[in-house]
Amino acid sequence: MSAATPAARRRRGRLDSSLIVGIALVVVIAIGAILVATVGRNFFSPGNIRDILTGMSVLGFVAIGQTLVVLCASLDLSVLYVISLSSLIAADLMAGNPANIPLALAASLGVAALIGLANGLIVTKLKVNGFIATLGTGLIIKGFLDSNYKGTSGDVPMEFRLIGATGLGPVPVSTILMLAVAELVWLFLGRTRTGHHIYAVGGNEQVARLSGIRTARPVIAAHVLCSMSAALAGLLLASRSGVGNPTFGAQGGYDLLSIAAVVLGGTLLLGGRGSVWGTIGGVAIFAVVDNVMSVMQVNPFLKDVVRGIVIVAAVAVYASRSVERRRPRFDAGGAPPAPAAASPAAVDPAATTEGAAR
Amino acid sequence: MTAATELRPSVGQRLAGLARTLISPRGAVFLLLVVLLVAIAALNPSFAEPSQFIRFIQRVAPVAIVAIGQYFVIVGGEFDLSMGSVVTAQVVIAGNLIGQDEAKALPVLALMLGFGALIGLVNGLIVSFLKVPSFIVTLGMMLALLGAVLYWTGGAATGNPADGFREIGRGGIRGIPVIDILPWSVVILVVVLALAVWFAKRPFGRTIIALGDNPTTARFSGTRSWWVKTSTFMISSLSATVAGVLLVGYAGVHPSVGRGYEFTAITAVVLGGVVLGGGRGWVVAAAAGAFALEALFTLLNFAGVPSTYRDAVQGAIIILAVAYSATTFRARRRGRALEAPAGQSPGTPPPQAAPETSPASGAKTDDSPETPATPAPIPSTQRADNETKGGS
Repeated sequence: MSAATPAARRRRGRLDSSLIVGIALVVVIAIGAILVATVGRNFFSPGNIRDILTGMSVLGFVAIGQTLVVLCASLDLSVLYVISLSSLIAADLMAGNPANIPLALAASLGVAALIGLANGLIVTKLKVNGFIATLGTGLIIKGFLDSNYKGTSGDVPMEFRLIGATGLGPVPVSTILMLAVAELVWLFLGRTRTGHHIYAVGGNEQVARLSGIRTARPVIAAHVLCSMSAALAGLLLASRSGVGNPTFGAQGGYDLLSIAAVVLGGTLLLGGRGSVWGTIGGVAIFAVVDNVMSVMQVNPFLKDVVRGIVIVAAVAVYASRSVERRRPRFDAGGAPPAPAAASPAAVDPAATTEGAAR
Repeated sequence: MTAATELRPSVGQRLAGLARTLISPRGAVFLLLVVLLVAIAALNPSFAEPSQFIRFIQRVAPVAIVAIGQYFVIVGGEFDLSMGSVVTAQVVIAGNLIGQDEAKALPVLALMLGFGALIGLVNGLIVSFLKVPSFIVTLGMMLALLGAVLYWTGGAATGNPADGFREIGRGGIRGIPVIDILPWSVVILVVVLALAVWFAKRPFGRTIIALGDNPTTARFSGTRSWWVKTSTFMISSLSATVAGVLLVGYAGVHPSVGRGYEFTAITAVVLGGVVLGGGRGWVVAAAAGAFALEALFTLLNFAGVPSTYRDAVQGAIIILAVAYSATTFRARRRGRALEAPAGQSPGTPPPQAAPETSPASGAKTDDSPETPATPAPIPSTQRADNETKGGS
């Protein structure tokens, strides 16, 4: 593959989808600022910005991982329990002693990686749909949590709690870490072979396999990374609250919200197209909406109503447009007319159908 | 059931055909159900008594009805995550609007059915015309509806409908010889199931399956996709409404009634061998999936498994059941029936199988390997059998 032109095209395509999310975010911020101003508060005060950024970080970690899995046309519903489990493992192992922090981090990330590996193997080798596979592993972890933990457990030392508590000016450290992870994942998707394979397998598994990609590996990698980033979210929650808690994940409803954030960020639920920065934009939209509702003291039950409407409305606003305007990823990579002329009919109509179906 | 069983003349071959159906993914759920029921009966012989068994069916009825509704959405290629919230909303509506006034029961019932149809209509129209994935639409609906219901009730259990209305869920025809009581829930379940089977056999029901299998060919053959899709969502919301009516009588009025029903329903449907992403599955098997799931819970209960482990066992069973059906389906599609080794690595197909397996259209025709990808000119959605579509 010649490097220059496809890369440039791909970058422009990525910019497009992120641009739509960015515009949506700006609109949401503008509306939010006006609403907040009507109750006599300043939306852009440092305290408020810190609140928003703090609210972004946990869901951000989960959604970054979820992006990878959704790009592979799979889903991960087990993140919720991975979050709780990692917070418990870390808090228990730390037991108030700063010397144990590295061990605790390694253990909780390692366990999460194993869970992700199990998810990935079930999805790829046993051919179980990602929705069902991760629902099942999630239930298994839930059973383990419910039978072994009665409530909050462990003790996080002060050194680790600082991560959740400190900030550089109005920007919390946790958000900086989250953005750093997003940057790493962005580089991973854009610069590494596995990253490209994730897009390829998510776009069209058959075509990816016929092009000589081992289709199982990118899916497994995505699941492992997804569980690990969910574990990071759990570690962050543990550092904020000082303990591990078996209901951390369920309280936040992170499984469905993270998928919603990914889709809000312009990633296709069918896989193959999307970007991490779009997801961060989606998470930011959620955080801003939540923050505005908190400032305006909306009834907590009504918040859910607004959240539900915002999810559907935001996706609806740009779903139809971006679906039609963005070209199929693999048309951008190779010259579009070539496969139609060269390859047997069986492959080509399928590709056009994919385009039409989206 | 299958063409194979009907064509075979001799009894022995017919039995063999039946056995093959039972271990095929299509029939596996029935086998699983029978095994579970026998295991329960072995642990607790009184379970096999007709009066106890009818109680079991009564308990499963709401779940089975929800699963039947979810079946139509899933086989049409979409998801409905809002069912649990619809159940909750209907339960709360019944509790608050009927009150102790029996005369209001019928108007409120009509209102509930209208409300259920409206929710389905909204879901379906947003999915069809705004092109939002059904996963997101129904997720939003789930949040919004649940929030609205909790806002209305203040998050607490309120209202208690008249006993006449609750009779639907808890009462029945008494004085029947063998089973003592025939609960209304069972009657309703049988009616709903019969309606669903009839509906699935009608041209419209077949159109739903066609649409789920391949939206493009369905469109080319003149399907009004938006109406078919919307009607599946209306069916699922209406079935959630019926389940809500039953649950009011059975479980009472509380905003937590119905929570998690969407996942239970999807699990039951998938356990019944229905493929997520649409196009394949049988409605009776979906209902049997609900029975198998509930029988599994009952078995774990009788076996004295701590309730906290129940989720874990449920998770393991789901994965195994789906893995079984996925791998057997794949083996069959390669034209090598059940005797062939199921788990072949997807990365290295044998060379002679390559022309047949490589295009998904060839794999879909499900016939002998000699016919090379007959429907190649027809665009195919090119997805592996078990891949999530999540709605397009």
